[in-house]
Amino acid sequence: MSDQLPPADPPADPGTTESTKDASAHGAVATTESPQTGQAGPGKSRLKLTGDTIIEAITYGSPAVITILAIFMALVVSALLIVFSDPAILHAWAAFFNAPGQALSMTWHSISTAYSALFEGAIFSPSTIANAFHGGPIAAIFYPISLTAFEATPLILTGLSVAIAFRAGLFNIGANGQFVGGAMVAAWLGFAVHLPAGIHILVCVIGGFVGGAIVGWIVGVLKARTGAHEVIVTIMLNYVMYNLLSYLLGTPHGLQQPHQSNLVAPAIDNNATFPHVGGPPPQANIGFLIALAAAAGVAWLLSRSTIGFQFRTVGANPRAARSAGMSVERSWALVMLVAGGLAGLAASAVIQGGGPPPPLTFNTYGTYGFDGITVALLGRARPWGVVLAGLLFGALQAGGTAMQAATYPQVPVDIVEVIQGLIVLFVAAPPLIRAIFRLRAARGTGLEAVAKGWNG
Amino acid sequence: MTTVTATIRLRATESRRELAAGTFILLGAIDALIFGLFSHPGNATFEFSISGSGVQIPAVQVPAAAVCYAVGAISVAVGIWRAIVEPSRIVKRVAIGVVLVCFLIALLCWADAGDSTAVNLVNLMQQSFAQSIPLVLGALCGCMCERSGVINIAIEGQLLTGAFTGAIVASGAGSLVLGLVSGSLAAGLLGLMLAVFAITFLVDQIILGVVLNVLALGLTGFLYDRLMQPNPDLNSGNTFSAIKIPGLGDIPIIGPIFFDSTIFLYITYALIIVIQIGLFRTRWGLRVRAVGEHPTAADTVGIKVLWTRYRNVVLGGMVAGIGGAYLTIGSVGYFNKDISSGYGFIALAAMIFGRWTPLGSVAASLLFGFSAQLAVVLSSLNVPLSSNILLMTPYLATIIAVAGLVGKVRAPAADGKPYVKA
Repeated sequence: MSDQLPPADPPADPGTTESTKDASAHGAVATTESPQTGQAGPGKSRLKLTGDTIIEAITYGSPAVITILAIFMALVVSALLIVFSDPAILHAWAAFFNAPGQALSMTWHSISTAYSALFEGAIFSPSTIANAFHGGPIAAIFYPISLTAFEATPLILTGLSVAIAFRAGLFNIGANGQFVGGAMVAAWLGFAVHLPAGIHILVCVIGGFVGGAIVGWIVGVLKARTGAHEVIVTIMLNYVMYNLLSYLLGTPHGLQQPHQSNLVAPAIDNNATFPHVGGPPPQANIGFLIALAAAAGVAWLLSRSTIGFQFRTVGANPRAARSAGMSVERSWALVMLVAGGLAGLAASAVIQGGGPPPPLTFNTYGTYGFDGITVALLGRARPWGVVLAGLLFGALQAGGTAMQAATYPQVPVDIVEVIQGLIVLFVAAPPLIRAIFRLRAARGTGLEAVAKGWNG
Repeated sequence: MTTVTATIRLRATESRRELAAGTFILLGAIDALIFGLFSHPGNATFEFSISGSGVQIPAVQVPAAAVCYAVGAISVAVGIWRAIVEPSRIVKRVAIGVVLVCFLIALLCWADAGDSTAVNLVNLMQQSFAQSIPLVLGALCGCMCERSGVINIAIEGQLLTGAFTGAIVASGAGSLVLGLVSGSLAAGLLGLMLAVFAITFLVDQIILGVVLNVLALGLTGFLYDRLMQPNPDLNSGNTFSAIKIPGLGDIPIIGPIFFDSTIFLYITYALIIVIQIGLFRTRWGLRVRAVGEHPTAADTVGIKVLWTRYRNVVLGGMVAGIGGAYLTIGSVGYFNKDISSGYGFIALAAMIFGRWTPLGSVAASLLFGFSAQLAVVLSSLNVPLSSNILLMTPYLATIIAVAGLVGKVRAPAADGKPYVKA
């Protein structure tokens, strides 16, 4: 391992800057080479190897380490934001030299209240364990984590939708529109058709998939047939679908609830709602299992099937795929069909979950599709990565709501978006994290090769 | 190989000619057969001046159905002509314009036939221009960034940042001009973040744009709840008032549309001209485009690639910031969560639709602004169509245009690719 000293401090004389530049360039070359020279030799014992691997992973910043540090940094930056947007604390800091303890304790109190509420809302709350010992409900212990899974369900599914399109080289900003497509079909099947319990659930889920898949397929076919750019088409289809939803919700023979002037659909049948896992709703339900199954399905599709291989080849290099005899156009149409279907499944999870689920309204779609982009990016467009990212964001969402309720002056739940954005930003820029934590430079661990430019 | 490419290109022109001609004839048929046949009996009335201002022009009454048949016939004729002749580029564009205007006349005649309310065309145009300002500026920001080779999906975030900062500074400092400047600077700061991460840290630019949008949405939402909600003084709702340009503003029809608006419209004019001429007629623009198409070549001849990109991304951000400030201190005054509501994404689409040229982006942005306003006007008339269906049309029209008429677009060759010196 070459221990290059950092270049000497630049001298004040501007005439010698050239040599300083040389020195830093040399240092950079040496550090990029160091990982190879730092590999454990073949003679070392297995145990030693494992130890070295772990130490290396930490000092060089493996993807997992970078992600953890990124989460930490995001929480630190957000804590600063919480503190410096509170006028009372700012006043205390203004009087820092009169009463330093006051400023520090107020700062600490503000951050610790917010983040402990965030944690207790998302993972578990120690008080519920104490209650359980005194005869309280045991299910309450699992309530926060169940809520996290509940919040994560649609995020995982829209994340998978964006991720699978990324793998085929397409940028799907239209998961929201596909969500609406799925939501309309799932909701209609939910209230207009009456079927026995198990079958009704299945019919609605399939309906949601099909509804989203149609919207996604339109994008893929237009791209394949005419070369219309998928970014424009997905953005435009989002607005088309929002307006179509509003229109149908305002039409008595469309999706509107009878004798209702608001834009609300009828509640779906009880037979069509997902059974949940104990405790008061909203709770994790079989929607979460569907999301996991979808992740497994996407993982199988991408890594084990011919179609998935074609997707990945088209994503990596469409020209090579074409000269290898694959139909790039067919892959585009198919991958958008699947992506749309996954976004439609997210809609079915929202429409049928959270029993009794709220009926479909004109803003049920929220920002699930756009959050899906962040989830897919953080999950590096890998199916199981998307599941983990979805769980993390679900936890932040669940905890953020609890935090807003538990703090005074209120810490708005919008901070969750800031934390999410910062996490992805830091994960995407490993050199920054390395610089902050003085990690050694290493092989690429960023989010490279996930997204592509306009020219594909 | 060359012959194959040539054949493909020829075939593409052929199919495009058929498609264009078919679309023209179809629109003509809609003009005559749908709008003409199904219009209420009676006249359509059009007004050309805003009440109580300058010279008044008498309103015009036309027999609705007859006009529909006439413009339909014109469109069909243009379509047939287009199928036979392969005209030059400019003539093609004029043909598209003629058919669209015909369609519009037929639509308005059909909507207004027999209705007592008149359609005020001047008001319609004036409002469309106003609606288009954030779109135009956002799309110009996109051109600035992407011509130098940096993809900017964060236009939405930059608009939002500009809107928030504009409102809070204008209210807090009591100066609208200060609000405008700081809105622009704040969005420029977001541009600087984009530049630092994209150019220096080589972060994927699409990821970056998405992240910056999320950050801007979260941050403005958080600060809105945290600062503006408890202190209404920080969101006081002041707006710029309209400035009428002496002389020009008094010209009938043209005056109220182009020369009687807030400072934002005039800034927009200036920026359109500066950026269009700057990108295509100056040394600066040549260098920017060289950096966006082939950075290695640009570097070889001594152009500072990274510096050019930094400068363009930050300046682009500042342009978008002005558009953002318009959303608050230029129109409604008050800031609200997610006030940009997707304008940035439409601006992005407008830029791609306009093929990465400032004038093309402006035309596409105007199309969106105009159709949105048209939907508002039509929903005030007695039209048997839901406003949602009307609001849907600009987006559907874009999809059809992108799929049928524009086809495959080509971004600057190095767009989105970070430049690392070999």
